[in-house]
Amino acid sequence: MTLAPPAPPKALIESPWRTARRRLFSNARSVTGLAFLTLLFAFCIVGPALSPYKQTEQNLDNKTAAPSASHWMGTDPLGRDVMTRTMYGGRVTLLVGFVATGVAVAIGVIYGMVSGLVGGRTDSAMMRVVDILYAFPFLNFVIILTAVLGTHPFLVGAEAWVLDKLSVIPALKGAATDLGFNASFLLLFAAIGAVEWLTMARVVRGQVLSLKNQEFVTAARSYGAGTGRILLRHLLPNVIGPVIVYASLTVPGVMLLEATLSFLGLGIQPPASSWGVLINDGAQRMDTAPWLLLFPGVFFSLTLLSLNFVGDGLRDALDPRSIR
Amino acid sequence: MIRFLLSRFLQGIVVILAVFVITFVLQKLSPTSPFNGERNVSAEVRATLESYYGYDKPWLVQMWRHIKAFATFNPPDCVKSPGRGVGEVISQAFPVSVALAVPALLIALAIGIPLGAIAALRPNTFDDHWATATATLGICIPSFVLGPLIAMIFGLYLRWFNVAGWHDSADWVLPSLTLGLIYSGYVARLTRGGLRETLAQDFIRTARAKGASEPVVVIRHALKLACLPLLNFLGPTAAGLLTGSMVTETVFQIPGLGQHFISSAINRDDTLAVGITLLFAVLILVFNMLVDIIQAALNPRIGLKS
Repeated sequence: MTLAPPAPPKALIESPWRTARRRLFSNARSVTGLAFLTLLFAFCIVGPALSPYKQTEQNLDNKTAAPSASHWMGTDPLGRDVMTRTMYGGRVTLLVGFVATGVAVAIGVIYGMVSGLVGGRTDSAMMRVVDILYAFPFLNFVIILTAVLGTHPFLVGAEAWVLDKLSVIPALKGAATDLGFNASFLLLFAAIGAVEWLTMARVVRGQVLSLKNQEFVTAARSYGAGTGRILLRHLLPNVIGPVIVYASLTVPGVMLLEATLSFLGLGIQPPASSWGVLINDGAQRMDTAPWLLLFPGVFFSLTLLSLNFVGDGLRDALDPRSIR
Repeated sequence: MIRFLLSRFLQGIVVILAVFVITFVLQKLSPTSPFNGERNVSAEVRATLESYYGYDKPWLVQMWRHIKAFATFNPPDCVKSPGRGVGEVISQAFPVSVALAVPALLIALAIGIPLGAIAALRPNTFDDHWATATATLGICIPSFVLGPLIAMIFGLYLRWFNVAGWHDSADWVLPSLTLGLIYSGYVARLTRGGLRETLAQDFIRTARAKGASEPVVVIRHALKLACLPLLNFLGPTAAGLLTGSMVTETVFQIPGLGQHFISSAINRDDTLAVGITLLFAVLILVFNMLVDIIQAALNPRIGLKS
């Protein structure tokens, strides 16, 4: 008599990440947002390779031309192709958006974790600082900082250092040069990162506080795990969901700040240009060449909209208790 | 109440001092003095200017001079225009910003609250979806895109208003509309969130159970609590609007505080930049305090935290 091999056990419980993914993809708005962002990334990253024009290529015989078959989004007053410039501007806006968010997330997570773990007086003092910082006129600080430091020798040194590090990978160096990477990028990473971490710190601290006295942490401690191990192996994985949610909701805010600064002439400096720079150029010539304003403006607005949709979707997927 | 006000006042002084020190230090990080940038200025004239503004003194002495000047409401002269006081510039520009801010807030509330209420009262219906989508759209169109678009439509094509500037009595309309439309998105979102959360609570069920009609439930019972998140948002927003929306004033070339701040930061008019930043910080503190008081009045469970 032969026994039939036992049927493989069926997964009765869906893993939390699977649930989150299912929820995310059943949400029409976040799927739309993700689809648009995918197309946008393709447009900005692959686009320049397919475009017959270069970012800085001028053609003074064909300046300020309306959209046509050869220039789908028209040309600017120097005869540069607006579509190609929009692609490069998108690269810069996305780059600053994600890197500066990374800086903000890093500061917020470390601050929040320390505050939550240490607890007691330190915790209340650290959170008091955050409360007070919320009432600071940060936009004023950032504007003064970018206006004052734009030409600081330290930044020029930092730019040279970063380019030197990048030259280890020639492709990366090439991409940076192509983009017009300069010191203004570094200033924006730091300045925006330094002001956008407050909410993240609060979220992480709350999460750590609610987790640190739970049984699994006590269990880990009882078999001799140190603070570092508890932090990395037990707390961080549990904090990561809310961190992803708030990071994704921070990205559009960061991009908006970058574009605002660039619009005011304080953000990204030439030879690079971001959507904020393009929108500023367009706003000054909207009477004669509205396409200069419309295309970068619509791209930027749709990107912010998609990022918000995805962020909201992620929140519903990863943090189901929260009510919008 | 008096303890609350007193503790807020003391806290406020610390915050204002911190804001001043940060702004001052940021400006001092600059590799150049504000007097170096100008061409055709002889070393002699520069030295005179530097001593007039105290830039030849050590940092701490300069700082103390400034603190004394601002604390006694006798702010120093603008660095870039000797003889013209910071207070004078602010008192000319502030009313302009207020003239934009008040209609902008009213527009934001007039559009945002009904939109949010429609969405919250009919959750997950078509009405909810379009109202929420409109609100999100309002949040996602940056003011420096919407502003020029509005100027293009109403200024250039329809010619109803001036494209930019501050000459006619109707010049507040376009910038206020821009600001109002953008903030209406936030207002709608917060109204919807607050109302939905409140309508799900037990005391609303009780009110319905005792036979209160739906309008009474919403207006008399729910609205008071539901507007708390909105109120929290409006505090800092009103302060921001009053001190001038930097971007919108730049777009429409309105000589309010926002535009003055931007140009003072770019032209290194250090004293003016400090002055406007301090005013902004004071307004944020005052409005946050007002919000706390109104909140405590609306919801006795919150109370005044000092």
